[in-house]
Amino acid sequence: MSELTLTVMRLGFLAVLWLFVIVAVQVIRSDLFGTRVTQRGSQRGSRRDTGQGRQQAARQAPAPAGRPSGGGRGRGRNTPTKLVVTEGTLTGTTVALQGQTITLGRAHDSTIVLDDDYASSRHARIYPDQSGQWIVEDLGSTNGTYLDRSRLTTPTPIALGAPIRIGKTVIELRK
Amino acid sequence: MSSTSNSPTHHTSTIGAIGAPSRRNTELALLVFAVVIPVFAYANVGLAVNDEVPAGLLSYGLGLGLLAAVGHLVVRKFAPYADPLLLPLATLLNGLGLVAIWRLDQSELLQSIQQAGTAAPRQLMYTAMGIALFLVVLIFLKDHRVLQRYTYISMVGALILLLLPLVPGLGQNIYGAKIWIKVGSFSIQPGEFAKIVLAIFFAGYLMVKRDALALASRRFMGLYLPRGRDLGPILVVWIVSILILVFETDLGTSLLFFGMFVIMLYVATERTSWIVFGLLMSAVGAVGVASFEPHIQQRVDAWLDPLREYKLSQQGVGGHSEQAMQALWAFGSGGTLGTGWGQGHSDLIRFAANSDFILATFGEELGLAGLMALLLLYALIVERGVRTALAARDPFGKLLAIGLSGAFALQVFIVAGGVMGLIPLTGMTMPFLAYGGSSVIANWALIGLLLRISDTARRPAPAPANPDAEMTQVVRP
Repeated sequence: MSELTLTVMRLGFLAVLWLFVIVAVQVIRSDLFGTRVTQRGSQRGSRRDTGQGRQQAARQAPAPAGRPSGGGRGRGRNTPTKLVVTEGTLTGTTVALQGQTITLGRAHDSTIVLDDDYASSRHARIYPDQSGQWIVEDLGSTNGTYLDRSRLTTPTPIALGAPIRIGKTVIELRK
Repeated sequence: MSSTSNSPTHHTSTIGAIGAPSRRNTELALLVFAVVIPVFAYANVGLAVNDEVPAGLLSYGLGLGLLAAVGHLVVRKFAPYADPLLLPLATLLNGLGLVAIWRLDQSELLQSIQQAGTAAPRQLMYTAMGIALFLVVLIFLKDHRVLQRYTYISMVGALILLLLPLVPGLGQNIYGAKIWIKVGSFSIQPGEFAKIVLAIFFAGYLMVKRDALALASRRFMGLYLPRGRDLGPILVVWIVSILILVFETDLGTSLLFFGMFVIMLYVATERTSWIVFGLLMSAVGAVGVASFEPHIQQRVDAWLDPLREYKLSQQGVGGHSEQAMQALWAFGSGGTLGTGWGQGHSDLIRFAANSDFILATFGEELGLAGLMALLLLYALIVERGVRTALAARDPFGKLLAIGLSGAFALQVFIVAGGVMGLIPLTGMTMPFLAYGGSSVIANWALIGLLLRISDTARRPAPAPANPDAEMTQVVRP
């Protein structure tokens, strides 16, 4: 067998061996557990759950630079820009606050779908009022929504960093 | 973030938890890859040594492929959510080991000093037995938590396995280490199986006792000192491993057991003080035994000055071995890219060239590049084991997975470190690569256990038919 053939085989074998290692590492990369983001909105029903859908749990939402409809009270230092899940199965998930209503519950069309036996289908919602202050409202849930230690009875303004507990999930608003 | 919305009242995306999907097709693709690589190597050895494609190529490839296929089908049926990487990685390492053993079988030098070239077919048979045990574990062990019931039986079983080589008439003393027993025409290394059984005992024991070990302690100079009665088990394991060291003169096995126990203790209690204690105790034990046991003393000397050891051996002084130096020369002559399959001279190591020193063959013929790839393959197996432990939901499964992968990692470190001259050489076998029935069979069982735990850990919770209609549980104060 010629020297050249053997050299090619020698280097080829090393290349193939390393290719296997690289492919294995790629498999690990695609194997990370995470959260699923299902696109809805105008094209309702079209589910894209691969590609950008399967993403890592700890994603950072890009903080919006400013909100178009600001209201009278300007954007002070204490305006929250994101909602962070701090406890429960969705820990680490963040949602950018851009003036939209955020619904929480076990129902599939909630903004944050809670995988929690102690949460109701439509448990609570978080929305901004006219002045831009974020409000949490319990939607008649079975086990209640807690802001700090107190159970909510009426729509209540949320302070920055105050824990909102729903079943086993805790969320808070951050800057 | 893909939830950007133009109208402020509409939300456009939903965020929910997902489980890992079954990855069996990925496993199949990797498995095909893992069978093709050793077949390539096999053809390469034949072309380099005999100038022709070896006659056994088809049967060898089919044999390995068949074993892998059976393993894959059983995993698909009995552990559909198991980790996709463990089986292909183990298959690849086992296949490369077979090629290296067959390559050493071709050496005329080795044929002249042992029965001519019979190691590779035997190793293929051991592989088949190993995969059979792997299948038995997957098929009959539906849930790893069953093993929890046999905690103390496992302890007794492990001690019996460890003491078997000391039984007169059953144990065998081969090259200064009494770690084999002879049953009929088979030599068995009970220590390899004891590793798994002991991990089951440690996991079961620590799961029950971990709170006492972690919380009932006094703080002293920044370290948590455990209470005397909690120290009992660690002392017993320490004494047992010292006894193994003294009576079986097997440094590697005693290091492996004690190290595995310390790793599991640390994971169970999250106390760094256990690691400090463990390192201190193993250092005291090793130095103490080495100072009066000549066999261990000689291993340490050979580690400190392998060249002197080589010269003494060449001069015919008894009890010295030239292998440590030869292994280093083999690594050196391999260089970065190696000599190529079948073109090295690692057969000069003579006996144990295809078992304890098989890494020298890889180092010489595949070079640093190939050796690093091999070590990465081992690291990936360990990573998948640790990942399984992280994903496991029950504490017993967590501890068992971390114990098994920790033992695997320690064994690779002890063997590779010994052959490369980083630590004193001990008589242990490289998992899957080295020639030896017990090692291959026991490690396939270990992979089977890890796959079983990872299947349980990654299995998604059964989805309710309609979650909206499901009853909400009420919190009762």
